[in-house]
Amino acid sequence: MIVAWPCSGGDEFAAVFDRDRRHRLLIVPPLFAEMNRTRRFAIDTMRALDSAGIDSFLPDLPGTNESLQPLASQSLHSWRTAMARAARHFAATHVLALRGGVLVFPNALPGWVLEPVGGASLLRQMLRAAVLAARETGEYVDSADLLETGRTEGLRLAGYDLGPALIAGLESARPLDEGQREIRQSELGGPALWLRAEPGHDPAQSARLAAIIASGIAA
Amino acid sequence: MNEHTDAGLRDVLGQVLGLSPARLAAMTAPTPLLGALPELDSMAIATLFGALEDHFGVIFDDAELTGDTLATFGTLAALVQAKRAG
Repeated sequence: MIVAWPCSGGDEFAAVFDRDRRHRLLIVPPLFAEMNRTRRFAIDTMRALDSAGIDSFLPDLPGTNESLQPLASQSLHSWRTAMARAARHFAATHVLALRGGVLVFPNALPGWVLEPVGGASLLRQMLRAAVLAARETGEYVDSADLLETGRTEGLRLAGYDLGPALIAGLESARPLDEGQREIRQSELGGPALWLRAEPGHDPAQSARLAAIIASGIAA
Repeated sequence: MNEHTDAGLRDVLGQVLGLSPARLAAMTAPTPLLGALPELDSMAIATLFGALEDHFGVIFDDAELTGDTLATFGTLAALVQAKRAG
């Protein structure tokens, strides 16, 4: 179900499976397009965790999904603060960060990171998408020029309004994992859903991910 | 073309486009990509090149990401092969 949780700037929403159990997993979503591509995968994983006796919480990053905040005023710092707040609100005992979620997750919690990615790599892909989209309309821009503009004025990239603070943060952000176990895509036994152009899902992969987490929590 | 390039390229195309193993196996050098696959919008193309970079450990320039490069399976394979060799 969807519940509201308090965040600076107003309530945000989270998808939750909460039966007040002992093990409570905060899931920090991937960023931008990868978030949409993996939404169903994440929810399927939460359902499998629920069957395994584990509560889970998937909060929106402010400015994304159902959030009422403007994306343009977010930064990696505001997302880190929000995710730390969500972890406290839901009394999370463990954390799972998916892809770029590893740039903003509360890394004091024990847990897992799935295929961590750096901010520069995510930013480069969005800059490229903007370069390619501009070219389709006969305009020539290059990534370096776009980035220069973005650093001072912000940019609309691939449909996302990124403010200067978020762009600056992404340029240098590295995964924050500290002792969390890294899960590779190959362990899930299927193609990477965060790459897929049309959002897909794969219950077998979700079941494997949930099983890795359940056995780790039990250990 | 190098076998490793061929297999890696099929793997990445399969992940980005969600193509079935049968459709991937049926791809040959003249198989058209851009224009034939509606999923290949600008974000998907950027994702595809990013995934190829990760897979093969190469970096593409903006100037290499053109319609010519993406015309067919063969043209894309040639670019990847040249990058790996270079």
